[in-house]
Amino acid sequence: MESKGSIVKVSGPAVVAGGMVGSRMYNRVIVGASGLLGEVIRLEGDRATIQVYEDTTGLSLGEDVIDAGEPLLVELGPGLLTSVFDGVQRPLDAIRQELGDFIGRGIVVPALSRTRQWPFVPTVKAGTSVSGGDVIGAIAETPRIEHQVLVPPGTSGKVIEIREGSFRVTETVAVLDNGTTLTLIQKWPVRTPRPFRERLSSTVPFLTGQRIFDFLFPLAAGGTAIVPGGFGTGKTVVEQTLAKYAQADIIVYVGCGERGNEMTEVLADFPELTDPVSGRPLMERTVLVVNTSNMPVAAREASIYTGITIAEYYRDMGYRVALMADSTSRWAEALREISSRLEEMPGEEGYPTYLATRLANFYERGGRVACLGGSDRQGSITVVSAISPPGGDFSEPVTQCSMRVAGTLWALDSDLAHRRHFPAIDWKRSYSLYLTSLEDYYRRSVAPDWSELRREMMALLQQEEELQEVVQLVGIDALQDPQRIALELSRIIRDDFLRQHAFSEVDAACPLEKQYWMLKVIFAYQSLCQDLLKKGRPVEEILNLPVREELGRMKEIPVTGFVDRAKKLMARMDKEREREVE
Amino acid sequence: MDLLTREYGTLRSIAGPLLFVEGVRRVSIGEMVAILLPEGQERRGQVIEISERYAVVQVLETTAGIGTTGTRLRFSESVARMALSPDLLGRRFNGAGEPIDGLPDILPERWVGIIGNPINPVARDKPAHFIQTGFSTIDGLNTLVRGQKLPIFSGSGLPAKEIAAQILRQARVAGEATEFAVVFAAMGITFREAAFFLDEFEKSGVSEHTVVFLNLADDPTIERLLTPRFALTAAEYLAFTHHRHVLVILTDVTNYCEALREIATAREEIPGRRGYPGYMYTDLATIYERAGRIRGRPGSVTQLPILTMPDDDITHPIPDLTGYITEGQIVLSRDLHRKGIYPPIDVLPSLSRLMNLGIGEGKTRADHRGVADQLYAFYAQGRDLRRLAAIVGEEGLTESDKRLLKFAERFEQEFVSQGPEDRSLEQTLSLGWKLLSLLPKERLTRIKPDWIQRYYKGG
Repeated sequence: MESKGSIVKVSGPAVVAGGMVGSRMYNRVIVGASGLLGEVIRLEGDRATIQVYEDTTGLSLGEDVIDAGEPLLVELGPGLLTSVFDGVQRPLDAIRQELGDFIGRGIVVPALSRTRQWPFVPTVKAGTSVSGGDVIGAIAETPRIEHQVLVPPGTSGKVIEIREGSFRVTETVAVLDNGTTLTLIQKWPVRTPRPFRERLSSTVPFLTGQRIFDFLFPLAAGGTAIVPGGFGTGKTVVEQTLAKYAQADIIVYVGCGERGNEMTEVLADFPELTDPVSGRPLMERTVLVVNTSNMPVAAREASIYTGITIAEYYRDMGYRVALMADSTSRWAEALREISSRLEEMPGEEGYPTYLATRLANFYERGGRVACLGGSDRQGSITVVSAISPPGGDFSEPVTQCSMRVAGTLWALDSDLAHRRHFPAIDWKRSYSLYLTSLEDYYRRSVAPDWSELRREMMALLQQEEELQEVVQLVGIDALQDPQRIALELSRIIRDDFLRQHAFSEVDAACPLEKQYWMLKVIFAYQSLCQDLLKKGRPVEEILNLPVREELGRMKEIPVTGFVDRAKKLMARMDKEREREVE
Repeated sequence: MDLLTREYGTLRSIAGPLLFVEGVRRVSIGEMVAILLPEGQERRGQVIEISERYAVVQVLETTAGIGTTGTRLRFSESVARMALSPDLLGRRFNGAGEPIDGLPDILPERWVGIIGNPINPVARDKPAHFIQTGFSTIDGLNTLVRGQKLPIFSGSGLPAKEIAAQILRQARVAGEATEFAVVFAAMGITFREAAFFLDEFEKSGVSEHTVVFLNLADDPTIERLLTPRFALTAAEYLAFTHHRHVLVILTDVTNYCEALREIATAREEIPGRRGYPGYMYTDLATIYERAGRIRGRPGSVTQLPILTMPDDDITHPIPDLTGYITEGQIVLSRDLHRKGIYPPIDVLPSLSRLMNLGIGEGKTRADHRGVADQLYAFYAQGRDLRRLAAIVGEEGLTESDKRLLKFAERFEQEFVSQGPEDRSLEQTLSLGWKLLSLLPKERLTRIKPDWIQRYYKGG
């Protein structure tokens, strides 16, 4: 039911309208003569407080406010992939065509093209009974992604007619016996999670091609990772690198309150870059939701929900989806700004007290599930959320609330970033709660001693920490020779294994097998050094073995043929050891 | 008739720079207001909140002398706008966009609201052109590119303005002689600082390509909130309508933020960190994000904001929020300054996020990235060792550590320190190689062997 009232107060992005009889919470509203989009966030009698998704400059008292009688909806259907939307799912390309290079206000453009035709191939016949989540047909949305056309949740019946051919998204492709017509488009309330049959636990890693993530702090497919870090520590580079190289079917990238030029980089690079698995342009698996920092703050709040709803839709088709949120802090700040306009009682650092609940609700929309519908589809959403703590101090509310929910913490460190050690992940602070559940996968798919090596490496890094303290106090001369070697080895691990250049042609992504063999070489070098030491070679000489430099160049050796090169290198080390025997 | 109904004498209360006017109908957010004092004086204000009872007007100048009786407010029906024409170049305005050079008003080609709509992200073009500033620490390690926003994080008494002026003087893009322009916005700086810049424009002969907006320390505080917006409206116009490459210098952002806090407090808003409003990030973004390039338009807006870190604290909200929005930062160091090093740029916390877009084969030189990474790595290690040597003495270091220590020293004295010299990129890179050659070849693991082969000079 539509209801109509008028503006009685304007304060920043918050507008109060009187006479809004029959209005409901979170209904979509059209504000003022210029038709700004908003959402009801508080009701008192017939007064509705509305958060407006566009700049409110120029609004005056008495202008009309119309409640659309339905919540803010996301359009789901073919055409989402390769698109770039703003926070409330308006396609930025279409806005540009209509308004030029700068974004104006009050523009209404449907999210999905109404004119484009899609070839629809039915997979059910007339007479089949279907219910929510069942697949009735497929569309080649991009050359790499087959778009499953699903019966919307809550709909069921017997198919009495199904069509094949080219259709626009709003055209009927199937009719059910109860008169329901099915089109290629579904609309779903942005703040409501889409239903599934059952939640499943995660036993498969979300492979990123980044050594420090895959080896030390793995993330499970369907898990949640948070990436907190001060400015300049490389949050965005981490998000973009994962969007490029992570093994996922679909990437939903939410640029929430971040830089315009960064989005331009994604837009320029993704159509050019190809996915190593399928060889197709990365854009064909990507949906971008972009609300840069200078775009209206309320739409920034919505952008996260728009992104996750789109992710859920592809999950329901049985795909492995990754949602990159950059940055969740900006979303929380939008929440704070609106809360403060509503004059709500503030909690910690001015954030509303419901911050923790909202954050947890958002993160929990990720996960691995058995999809709704008859077939045995399983889908997952992996959430990687960047966090921008003020002053790089992790004790602030957004980081803390996120840490309580997330399974993996990739903590960025400004000291590492300053010395250009990227990814600047602090290995002392980071953790993964998925280690045990993923152990089995690594043992079977890569090597039985994977977890063993991991433990050894962590022990070495820990030992380095202690040794460094000694060195800081009394100098390196105080160390015994085996300790000198341990120190050198941890340096190799840091520089030649953990460090990875996101823009290097060869090293930007490193598959598990290469990671494993790099480790084998490094640990072989360790035992070589130890053996030589036992045989009485002076430590200075051991530390300057010519083979040492080779270790530093391993990263740049291409994946094909890497195992052979690694084995040759290890053979060379054996020879070095023999040479001493003679 | 209409004028009559849009003039009100119902000013009920005054708090700080805010006026609460009762019973105002048909006004809109952002509307400009003329405040008419009984003696015939006129002040300016802007509507920032409206409700059935009150309209809240923010006074741009002082409220001294405004009373609740006798004062009338005239609502203008238009938001803050600016007259634009190519004649802007060479002119000087106050912080509210009014000419102060004694010349007549601008004959506008068009009027534009100063708030400025955001550039559609899909319309943006990727920044890609290296700007040579003549500073090794910037060109070599934190390259500036066209369309970037790269602030200078300074401290009181550090030579940020000298660096900015020198960049202005020396900036050039290889192989191009396109028309450029400078937009200078002074926000709450002293007359002395402003005079330095104006003098500098005059000396380097860029005055007729420069638009100046001056809101000095003794000018109205609130006006300061509009100053950068006038400046950027002019910059966008010159860049995207008249195809110029515009360099915008905003100084000092710290004063701007203080003004923002002043208003927020007067409005009794819930304060965020250190009393600054919670929306300061968003507010600063509406300034900094007005930089970049647009596809199909030849001009560009490059921003060089200057801010003073209170007590040299980089975690203070002003540098902190700025760093989260801008594409890197150039950080000045008091230690280096004390050592007599000019420019005292501390390269470790400095960063240019767009560097990779502007360097490499065909743009600068293929070994650029590697050299920068390696210099960074060695210098960081050298600095660590310097701390260590202070405790355990230099004798406690190994031979290779001693070399790193020496490297760090010479890096500061030769690479960072350059005085008034204008260095070409070639000079910067060969200087880099000279320093790298202090260390054994095998240690240069961040550079491809081919480049080492070609440029390494050590034994």
